[in-house]
Amino acid sequence: MARISVTVNGVAHDTDVDPRTLLVHFIREQVGLTGTNVGCDTSSCGACTVLMDGQSVKACTVLAVQADGHEVTTVEGLAKNGEWHPVQQAFHEHHGLQCGFCTPGMMMAAVGFLEENPAPSEAEVRLALEGNLCRCTGYHNIVVSVLAAAETMRAAGGRARAGG
Amino acid sequence: MIPAPFEYERAADVAAAVTLLQQGGVEARLLAGGHSLLPLMRLRLARPRLLVDIGGLDDLRYVRVEDERVSIGALATHHDLASSAQLRAACALLARTAEQIGDPQVRHRGTIGGSVAHADPASDLPAALLALDAEMIVQGTEGTRSIAAADFFVGPLMSALRDGEILTEVRVPRTGAAGAYVKFQRRAQDWAIVGVAAAIERDGSAITHARIGLCNMGPTPLRAPGVETALVGADGPGAVATAATRVAELKTPPADQNASADYRRHLAEVMIRRAVAAAVA
Amino acid sequence: MATGERYVGGGVLRKEDLTLLTGQGRFVESITLPGLLHLAVVRSPYGAARIRGIELEAARAAAGVVAAFTGADLAEEWAAPLPMAWPVTEDIRIPEHWPVTQDVARYQGDAVAVVVARTRSAALDAAELVEVEYEELPAVTDVEAALADGAPKVHASLEDNSCYTWTLANGDVEAAFAKADVVVTQRYTQPRLIPNAMEPRAVVVQPLPAAGDFTMWSTTQIPHIAKVLFALTLGIPESKLRVIAPDVGGGFGSKLNIYAEEALCLALARRLGRPVKWVAGRSEGYVATTHGRDQIQHVELAATSDGKILGYRFKLLANMGAYLQLITPGTPLLGGFLFCGSYGGEAYHFECTGVFTNTTPTDAYRGAGRPEATYAIERAMDALAREVGVDPVEIRRRNFLPKGEMVPSPGGLAFDTTDFEMNLDRALERLDYEGLRAEQRARRERGDGKLLGVGFSTYVEMCGIAPSQALGSLNYGAGGWDAAMVRMLPTGKAEVVTGSSPHGQGHVTSWSQIAADALGVAFEDVTVLHGDTHVAPLGMNTYGSRSLAVGGVAVSLACGRVVDKAKTLAGHLLEVSPDDLEFERGTFSVKGVPDRKKTIQELAFAAWTAHSLPEGAEPGLEASCVYDPPNFTFPFGTHVCVVEIDPETGAVEIVRYLAVDDCGNVINPQIVDGQVHGGVAQGIAAALWEEAVYAPDGTLETSSMLNYLVPSAAELPSFELDRTVTPSNTNPLGVKGIGEAGTIAAAPAVINAVIDALSPLGITDIPMPATPERVWRAIRDAEGGAA
Repeated sequence: MARISVTVNGVAHDTDVDPRTLLVHFIREQVGLTGTNVGCDTSSCGACTVLMDGQSVKACTVLAVQADGHEVTTVEGLAKNGEWHPVQQAFHEHHGLQCGFCTPGMMMAAVGFLEENPAPSEAEVRLALEGNLCRCTGYHNIVVSVLAAAETMRAAGGRARAGG
Repeated sequence: MIPAPFEYERAADVAAAVTLLQQGGVEARLLAGGHSLLPLMRLRLARPRLLVDIGGLDDLRYVRVEDERVSIGALATHHDLASSAQLRAACALLARTAEQIGDPQVRHRGTIGGSVAHADPASDLPAALLALDAEMIVQGTEGTRSIAAADFFVGPLMSALRDGEILTEVRVPRTGAAGAYVKFQRRAQDWAIVGVAAAIERDGSAITHARIGLCNMGPTPLRAPGVETALVGADGPGAVATAATRVAELKTPPADQNASADYRRHLAEVMIRRAVAAAVA
Repeated sequence: MATGERYVGGGVLRKEDLTLLTGQGRFVESITLPGLLHLAVVRSPYGAARIRGIELEAARAAAGVVAAFTGADLAEEWAAPLPMAWPVTEDIRIPEHWPVTQDVARYQGDAVAVVVARTRSAALDAAELVEVEYEELPAVTDVEAALADGAPKVHASLEDNSCYTWTLANGDVEAAFAKADVVVTQRYTQPRLIPNAMEPRAVVVQPLPAAGDFTMWSTTQIPHIAKVLFALTLGIPESKLRVIAPDVGGGFGSKLNIYAEEALCLALARRLGRPVKWVAGRSEGYVATTHGRDQIQHVELAATSDGKILGYRFKLLANMGAYLQLITPGTPLLGGFLFCGSYGGEAYHFECTGVFTNTTPTDAYRGAGRPEATYAIERAMDALAREVGVDPVEIRRRNFLPKGEMVPSPGGLAFDTTDFEMNLDRALERLDYEGLRAEQRARRERGDGKLLGVGFSTYVEMCGIAPSQALGSLNYGAGGWDAAMVRMLPTGKAEVVTGSSPHGQGHVTSWSQIAADALGVAFEDVTVLHGDTHVAPLGMNTYGSRSLAVGGVAVSLACGRVVDKAKTLAGHLLEVSPDDLEFERGTFSVKGVPDRKKTIQELAFAAWTAHSLPEGAEPGLEASCVYDPPNFTFPFGTHVCVVEIDPETGAVEIVRYLAVDDCGNVINPQIVDGQVHGGVAQGIAAALWEEAVYAPDGTLETSSMLNYLVPSAAELPSFELDRTVTPSNTNPLGVKGIGEAGTIAAAPAVINAVIDALSPLGITDIPMPATPERVWRAIRDAEGGAA
């Protein structure tokens, strides 16, 4: 066993793990947050995407021991004070999900991307989601959702700046 | 799937990692970002007895642009390379290669050291580093040595690293060459069917010096010497196209699920043209 | 539809999203129970092998292991083999299919032993310690090779590898071909596809040994059917088995089955007296979950010199795989009536031979038979257009069946409502077809740049998988009805219990819309319960785009019955004849005296207290309906694909994709559009990327998501959607179904566009998937031939 300290959605978890524990299994089984799904075994599908220190990673391809000392954000950490993240809201309004299995990972990939590129084109959104597979939506409404969220976040950012 | 069991050691520094690797012998593997190794371990195609984790050695994570060369720490991620404005200005080829690797999540975790040391002929960075005449700085029990990129990749998934040696830095000389990396794949996240790295120097519009690195065209990343020679003096797309046909001299393109050997050879010719055009654009 | 509509057809947002967007989805993998054991399955690495011996001792001794079994050890668990519910002919050959094989492994992935351990990793570790001595046998994976003389036999007990031959004939086909000016003969292949629902399959079974009860949570589309069939397979009294499909992460037909691992979890939970769980790895699922398609099609059209079709002749070889899963043999036949598409003619002959091979069994995959049929006819229409020298649009116009109701088709069906030409016209309006052809001509004249192609698919398909009587005539082993219960709760809320079992389609939202309008209550006040056989005792579940046209209609009819009961009660309480009442938005009021009224919420409470009921009335305000429609429904539409081909690499890029569908009345436009988007994406994926490839020895070469190419957002375009509305006359909602239309329509539109782009080179065929290498090779060969 190895001792790790990982902050998940702002809460510190100091615990022992079997070194072979994947970060996604640590999150699901030891932290008890089951929103992050596992869709493949080849780092292909992106269903397990979480943010590590703000950057999107595939939690099936990170060992829990590698997350020691890092901050992890999962889908459960997106909403703040009961308010949905603009990406969650946009996925809801634009029907960016059907079965919902890929959705947590898809949204985390989108959140990480919009931090880096707040004003993306449609083509940039599509390329940014190259590592996340969805079988239900044909991606059409996912792309619409991410573009809409970007606009909302820009408007909110503008207001925040104007207010500050 | 879950990897087979292993022992895990976190190295305090490079020297400690070298010692741990040495002690672990052939069943020990180095872990950096883990994006070459962990996928194999999850499918249990790799089952090391010991993992030596150097991922926490932050002093190996840097991109330094110096007058004569660019020095890149082994733990610099693909994303670090792709997002470094300094690197893009000093060595566009490397930044343009890094931004095409895998997908964003892979680029956030995958490291240049891991990618190079894994020596996969289908990896993008090794082809670019060949075209850039990079050198690999490695550290082992007997100290530090430098290996030219041309000598580093010795076979499929085989490098010139000796047991217990760790790649710590990649150095790329600054030549002023214009560079581009063009790859052909069926999905954006896929490995390249063929990738071409072009580093081009020109006098006016005529090419004076060309280095072409090829990804997935043989058992190792390759240079295309015939093409490079033929490109010298080429002025304009017609001459570049003629030079690119020399890639047919390569006898090694693999045939697999994604492409036959002759299609690969053809693609390489097309991608060479496009890479040279993109480099000088 | 009823007056007072507020929600049907309007823009409400999905109720399902609240949990799914916040990480609170309840998928089977997240279910854990005290004392839970984990199952790992040891599978044959060979396509065909005799099992000489199995050594379990090392696995049994491994840390955390509770038990390990061979097929022989478990033989007494089974009351019957895994079920196949569609014996399509009297003489069909049905090999016994056991959850764990004992003698011979007949495909790569065939289960040969199982290990049960306290953790999943311990189970996986121990499974590697099971030593199986195999004697590799010759394998056969291709249908034509499997039918050849001397082919290795998949089942030694059978005479050869043929499973059945099914024929359908209408009219005098010989006469039609005899008098034809033109005969178009084509051979098409349907690659084998892996459905790839994003959620891998998983199952948890909890036994209650003292009571003999079992609860099974499964990633299934068919909890009710599963309950019946597992009761039979395991010999568990049906009343002792509860099946729950919680949130299910997509299915596309691949979770419409009765799987070995579900049976194993039940059997092991029974034997060990503890809960047992199995979760498929993605790559494990690639061999252990049914595949789709895999056909060779011989197509012949007989036509006049101006392209009017006289007769159709089709001959199919359909790959069954190594065993028959739930509806393996019937799947190709779901297209058997539709190979003539939306077109007329005098005569029709269809023949399909099912063939056993050493591969994972095939079964339903989105569209199930209809994508194959549509591909064949839509590609053949383009071939006919080339043959007689008319435009692909014109050849379709000349052959469309007329607008009408109960329109007879050469395949023997009666299409509920049709208006093909109107739909095509709408597509052409949006398309600027003339402009595209002008651009194409200009590019061809310039001889540079990317090759532009336009492809059409003017499809019709059949949904509902009903009526029961029609299914009975096809020897299908179940009915085609579905059930609903609707009750007004004492507090004025409505509860809808449905026999449909959604796995992404948004039934909770659509059913809420239907019920809210019918009952006159708020959308938010409707709760929809589903996917649990203890909650919804009756159901025929979700597949074949049947949910709305059968289950949704049942909800609507049950709501109508609730309103009727409420009306009687309102009349009683208001002391008027029910005939003097009008019902508007949840309120019954006396005609001409609008102040005298009762709301449905007031009536719900009154029915619950039951203090004053009409004579003979029972307390409570609820009703149920089991609805069996009188006919299938037949959605139709026009899909147009515009591609650009890079002649240097052969890469195909879709630059426009336009879908104009007609699924009758629409309950929720956003959900309908979403179904089209996803369906089209899967059709495009089949046309350009996806193909499950077997090596001749039976090794699945496309063994993971690394090499079976499910496309991402980066590969696919945005879609342009429009729709026409031709209500069905089959059901009172006028709805048809839209779950599979996109997949059915898309692949031939894409390939027709590719061929259209390449046609100046004389290229008339590119097999699916039209990979860059295939396209490049065709161009190179054509140019070489011309030179």
